[in-house]
Amino acid sequence: SKTRGSFSSKINDLVARYRKVDEDFFEDLEEILISADVGVTTVMDLIDELKMEVKRRNIKDSNDVKEVISEKLVDIYYGEDDETIEDLNIHHDGLNIVLFVGVNGVGKTTTIGKLAHRLKNEGKKVVLAAGDTFRAGAIEQLEVWGERVGVEVIKHSEGSDPAAVIFDGIQAAKSRGADVLLCDTAGRLQNKVNLMNELSKVKRVIEREVPGAPHEVLLVLDATTGQNAMSQAKTFSESTNVTGIVLSKLDGTAKGGIVLAIRNELDIPVKFVGLGEKVDDLQQFDPNAFVYGLFADMLEE
Amino acid sequence: MAFEGLADRLQNTIQRIKGKGKVTEQDVKEMTREVRLALLEADVNFKVVKQFINKIKERAVGQEIMESLTPGQQVIKVVKEELTNLMGGEQSKIAVADRPPTVIMMVGLQGAGKTTTTGKLANLLRKKQNRNPLLVAADIYRPAAINQLQTLGKQLNMPVFSLGTEVSPVEIANQAIEQAKAEHHDYVIIDTAGRLHVDSDLMEELTQIKENVKPDEIFLVVDAMTGQDAVNVAESFNEQLDITGVVLTKLDGDTRGGAALSIKAVTDTPIKFAGMGEKLTDLEAFHPERMASRILGMGDVLSLIEKA
Ligand SMILES: Nc1nc2c(ncn2[C@@H]2O[C@H](COP(=O)(O)OP(=O)(O)OP(=O)(O)O)[C@@H](O)[C@H]2O)c(=O)[nH]1
Ligand SMILES: Nc1nc2c(ncn2[C@@H]2O[C@H](COP(=O)(O)OP(=O)(O)OP(=O)(O)O)[C@@H](O)[C@H]2O)c(=O)[nH]1
Ligand SMILES: [Mg+2]
Ligand SMILES: [Mg+2]
Repeated sequence: SKTRGSFSSKINDLVARYRKVDEDFFEDLEEILISADVGVTTVMDLIDELKMEVKRRNIKDSNDVKEVISEKLVDIYYGEDDETIEDLNIHHDGLNIVLFVGVNGVGKTTTIGKLAHRLKNEGKKVVLAAGDTFRAGAIEQLEVWGERVGVEVIKHSEGSDPAAVIFDGIQAAKSRGADVLLCDTAGRLQNKVNLMNELSKVKRVIEREVPGAPHEVLLVLDATTGQNAMSQAKTFSESTNVTGIVLSKLDGTAKGGIVLAIRNELDIPVKFVGLGEKVDDLQQFDPNAFVYGLFADMLEE
Repeated sequence: MAFEGLADRLQNTIQRIKGKGKVTEQDVKEMTREVRLALLEADVNFKVVKQFINKIKERAVGQEIMESLTPGQQVIKVVKEELTNLMGGEQSKIAVADRPPTVIMMVGLQGAGKTTTTGKLANLLRKKQNRNPLLVAADIYRPAAINQLQTLGKQLNMPVFSLGTEVSPVEIANQAIEQAKAEHHDYVIIDTAGRLHVDSDLMEELTQIKENVKPDEIFLVVDAMTGQDAVNVAESFNEQLDITGVVLTKLDGDTRGGAALSIKAVTDTPIKFAGMGEKLTDLEAFHPERMASRILGMGDVLSLIEKA
């Protein structure tokens, strides 16, 4: 595919800056990828494979080595799929439901605001459900976003049952003829069994009320997070069958490289990236730009 | 396999050198390789890991035999000691100003846990030291940030100073100090907006607040799940503000929390408190030794040493 092609050529450009592909090169590559939070196991596997491939094919020319590197990196991200994995699964007829999950403070509520804005601009009627009834000020925060974007927010009072709020959100969205319902949930650490069960319950309500829903379960990951993001992806997938990732806070200096390993191990694609706190700071994920970002520091040298 | 503990990792190497009288350079090399992996998997910054490993090598090569420990046990002991040393002693004290109020400023990246920790600290000061803090809502940017702090204030039955979102944070901080003096609050805790360490305008705002209110403590609040970037964040905040302490949040999760080591290494400021949950009582003194075990994934070091 086109994306795949341009992706490899980008990486080729990058590796071309290194005249020699020797031990130093591999050491640099290892450090660059580890410092981007790709994860030490993934990085070492990759480098071992690269070295083996170079040996196996008896490659002497550094240009040929470069090709192998880009092939491997492309493989890690794309696997068997093509580029359509980045698209949101939204249908044109009927109500679509998107459930947001993730640990505390990663950017769930903010992403809902931004995505609501984006969908509204695409001409869709959007409703928000304030499913975080726990954290202080969470409902008010979503309401501010609702006002900012100009969409309705369905809420109960603080401390009420999140599943009940989502249920009401669905009924309201149906009766208003909405295209998309975005459901906020309280942040929770993945090792809290009760809280994870609560989330499964919320999902079951959605499944029961609208056949085929939720159309997306989006796990929001903070790009600043290190290796724990893998544990988050595993556990949230077990309880809510995550369909995509939103990688937030990529406007900082963190690279969020762990999504490569997550994609590789769990087959969950990244759908969006968060690039700031304003309404339009949400972009569709672009693997080219992402991998390029991983190497940005290497390029500057 | 990710998140395998150091103890498991070292098991094989230990089996091999068990009973040897002296730790050779090769033994140490193999062991430090495993230690390096364990640290990287725990999110300790790779540069910090490098320095640390060199130190371990120095100490471990050719060291004399202690009667009670095998060479393998000794290396583990050295690693844990060095790690604990690096993280410093237990330091959960909060400064007291000569003339009240004592001013504490909370700073950090978005979503780290500043507002929640503001509430927790206030609770701790009142409970443990019988203090009477004033909470200050100086985050005028995040939607409903003031509301969040006010809700916490209500839960604690403590006053929250706010001037809404139309007044500058510097002005809010200044007026809050005046009010604290007038109402005889002995502590003032200023909750600031989350910001990126590379956002020069917002970092300058913090500098302005600092110059105006001359805080006795500036706590950098850091999410324990932070990865390799922790050093950049901590370094920037420290360079620009001279932080006096670190609060590590969300340690109730299953992260190894290697960021703690990175932050300590680059800022050389003590980690004072650990956030252990979302409730206002979930704040604890930071225990360096427990943290060292956690980073290494050595929940059960003793049993390992027995096995070795
Ligand atoms: N710089 C930056 N900040 C972000 C981004 N997304 C969210 N934030 C900020 O991160 C902080 C936390 O965001 P929230 O949306 O409240 O996160 P949450 O996951 O809903 O948090 P809880 O509900 O408390 O679990 C806020 O200060 C947001 O403004 C982003 O892409 N970039
Ligand atoms: N499990 C757990 N959650 C925590 C802890 N500390 C804070 N949180 C949660 O983390 C999320 C973010 O906390 P806040 O206090 O809003 O973070 P903040 O740094 O003020 O965020 P901004 O103002 O947006 O920059 C909330 O959901 C808190 O409940 C902790 O120690 N453990
Ligand atoms: Mg939220
Ligand atoms: Mg806050």
